[in-house]
Amino acid sequence: MSEIHAETVAFVRETMLPAEAPPAREAGAVKWLRENLFSGPVNTLLTLLGLGIIWFLVSHFWDWFAHSVWSANSLSECRQIIAETWGEGARGACFAVIRERWNQYVYGFYPSDLYWRPTLVFGLLFVALAPVLFSESRSLRRLILGLTTAVTLILLVALGTPVLWLIFAAAVTIGASVIAERHPLYLLIFSALYPLLGVWLLWGGSIWGVIMVLVGFGLGWGAWLVAARVSPMLSAVAAALVAMIWWIGFAGAAASDAQNLIPLGITPVDSDQFGGFLLSITIGVAGIALSLPLGIVLALARRSDMFLVTSLAVMFIEFIRGVPLITLLFVASLLLNYFLPPGTNFDIILRVIIMVTLFAAAYMAEVIRGGLAALPKGQYEAADALGLDYWKAQRLIILPQALKISIPGIVSTFIGMFKDTTLVTFVGLYDPLKSMSDAVRASTSWKGIYWEPYIFVGVIFFLICFGMSRYSMYLERRLARDHR
Amino acid sequence: MSEAITRKIDRSHMEVSDEVAIDIRAMNKWYGTFHVLRDINLTVHKGERIVIAGPSGSGKSTLIRCINRLEEHQSGHIVVDNVELTSDIKNIDKVRSEVGMVFQHFNLFPHLTVLENCTLAPIWVRKVPKKQAEATAMQFLEKVKIPEQAHKYPGQLSGGQQQRVAIARSLCMQPKIMLFDEPTSALDPEMIKEVLDTMIELAEEGMTMLCVTHEMGFAQAVANRVIFMDQGQIVEQNNPHDFFNNPQSERTKLFLSQILGH
Ligand SMILES: Nc1ncnc2c1ncn2[C@@H]1O[C@H](COP(=O)(O)OP(=O)(O)O)[C@@H](O)[C@H]1O
Ligand SMILES: [Mg+2]
Repeated sequence: MSEIHAETVAFVRETMLPAEAPPAREAGAVKWLRENLFSGPVNTLLTLLGLGIIWFLVSHFWDWFAHSVWSANSLSECRQIIAETWGEGARGACFAVIRERWNQYVYGFYPSDLYWRPTLVFGLLFVALAPVLFSESRSLRRLILGLTTAVTLILLVALGTPVLWLIFAAAVTIGASVIAERHPLYLLIFSALYPLLGVWLLWGGSIWGVIMVLVGFGLGWGAWLVAARVSPMLSAVAAALVAMIWWIGFAGAAASDAQNLIPLGITPVDSDQFGGFLLSITIGVAGIALSLPLGIVLALARRSDMFLVTSLAVMFIEFIRGVPLITLLFVASLLLNYFLPPGTNFDIILRVIIMVTLFAAAYMAEVIRGGLAALPKGQYEAADALGLDYWKAQRLIILPQALKISIPGIVSTFIGMFKDTTLVTFVGLYDPLKSMSDAVRASTSWKGIYWEPYIFVGVIFFLICFGMSRYSMYLERRLARDHR
Repeated sequence: MSEAITRKIDRSHMEVSDEVAIDIRAMNKWYGTFHVLRDINLTVHKGERIVIAGPSGSGKSTLIRCINRLEEHQSGHIVVDNVELTSDIKNIDKVRSEVGMVFQHFNLFPHLTVLENCTLAPIWVRKVPKKQAEATAMQFLEKVKIPEQAHKYPGQLSGGQQQRVAIARSLCMQPKIMLFDEPTSALDPEMIKEVLDTMIELAEEGMTMLCVTHEMGFAQAVANRVIFMDQGQIVEQNNPHDFFNNPQSERTKLFLSQILGH
């Protein structure tokens, strides 16, 4: 009936149509193939071309991979095994080098009886990050903390950790998992202490140094409380000043006095002994953690109304972005010595971390500035109209949105910076890719081995970077709220 | 253009006091070299409901944005609730926490829920405890008739609902004065009424209001004064009855004929 009505000019619907379920979609692998790979002549051609390229690559490398040797003591032994198994002239990968030298790639020249220390620091990194990175998803946090606890403890036992430290590790990881169930925010206290704990475990030495650094924070806080009664502006300055005076003037002496009085400490490890992924991850994590806040400050400074602040930010960003990272690393290793008072021993890894941080922060600032610029002016106006001051408006309204927009760029910067840590080879540090492989090849047994170490290092870099990339996608999904 | 207001207005609380809420004296503003506001003199008493009308670009938005210092004036004086607006940040913050503003495009914070939008300023500016701020916010959300949306994000609401949240957000700061900058211009016709209803209720409670709007029905129903602006100047002001029925200036007549369509 209704069809007839609809064709005439005057039409009145008498019954409203009920909503119906959508038609069932065609499904199945065949349909997927047809739609995605063979939808037309061009697409089909490209698919075939792609398959051809994959075939070309796989057919060339397949026998090399298939003939991998995992246990041998030298390259010549590897070759002998390959020749015996697959005949004279057969090609094969000699991953035995990884099996024999993995510890160098992972820990550098760190004393092998102390491998448990960097391992513990790495495990605790996830505990420290859990309340920050996985603050909203209870199940994900549970998974991460559970895995961290299990893997860390197994590794620590395997590496022969002293019992006391094993108990400490178990207490922290299991304790964190339990606390995370009820009060995940309490874990932030551990996150705040983690950098000090990490530095102390990695480099070792007297515990008093760490305690004196903490005392500095305590003094700064005290100064804050006292000065806040006079003026809130003054309190930040007073806190920074008091803490600085303590750290520069007194902390060192106090720490050595305390150490003489009550010696408490663990075996010190020198920066020269760092290498491999231990070095890359140390520099990378420190650089990431420091460059984000610095980048935010620079981005805000660049958009500030104050001419001097803006110009300083612009000069800094443009200068740092204008020079290659290697230049900055050379400055770190050579030039800084000219500026420092003679006799000061300014740790080379610390210098590199500073340079890498400055470098990444300059890029970060521009990425975040993009996010800030993308926010509609109305957001600033609404914040102003409600009476929020500049810092509150930035912290509560502007930055949460701007950072969310900038996530892909920020994570790209992190990934780029993590890979750039291999450049420390140019200032004599043992990065996993170049210096470590050279060191391995320097031994007579592994002379002439090329691809296998590179593949191994490449795979690990890929896994870490891919992990960061997946996390950024997860974060973007989690924060998608505008439903626009 | 304008919604006819059919409901009966309760005028029992709509009295205008002798106290001055806003006093603008010989105020001028320039954008660069462009003289956008010229010699503005305006005194608003507590409890007044003022509608500002005028062609696009006449400086209406700029005028009310000067009142909470979203724009800076270059000469003359603006005194809001006995606080003079100067470059003194303290005064600006004080005025802003007393003056609520509703924007044409709502300007809700998309990353916060409706409730968080409403409690943010009370918690961080007025230092109200969170629980109490939430209770107050729920009261105002009930008042604008969307308490059930409290835990949604602004992006999930219709335009009319978003604008009502924006009004509730301003009210949560318990302002003494409310500024509206074309609050219904971005809305579909069927949503205009729900926002106007909310505004009328506010007027009935005796709120001091300055509204830039083209809703002449609203002006006739609740305003006690209509101001007509053109080219950065106040051209005419009068009570709504005389303003609409007996406009004096040629510009006003022209504007009214365009906007009322006769
Ligand atoms: N930020 C600005 N910079 C320069 N000119 C502006 C700016 N904002 C508004 N104007 C100009 O000032 C005049 C008045 O604007 P506005 O107050 O928004 O008018 P209305 O709200 O009455 O439409 C317009 O001509 C507009 O182009
Ligand atoms: Mg306007």
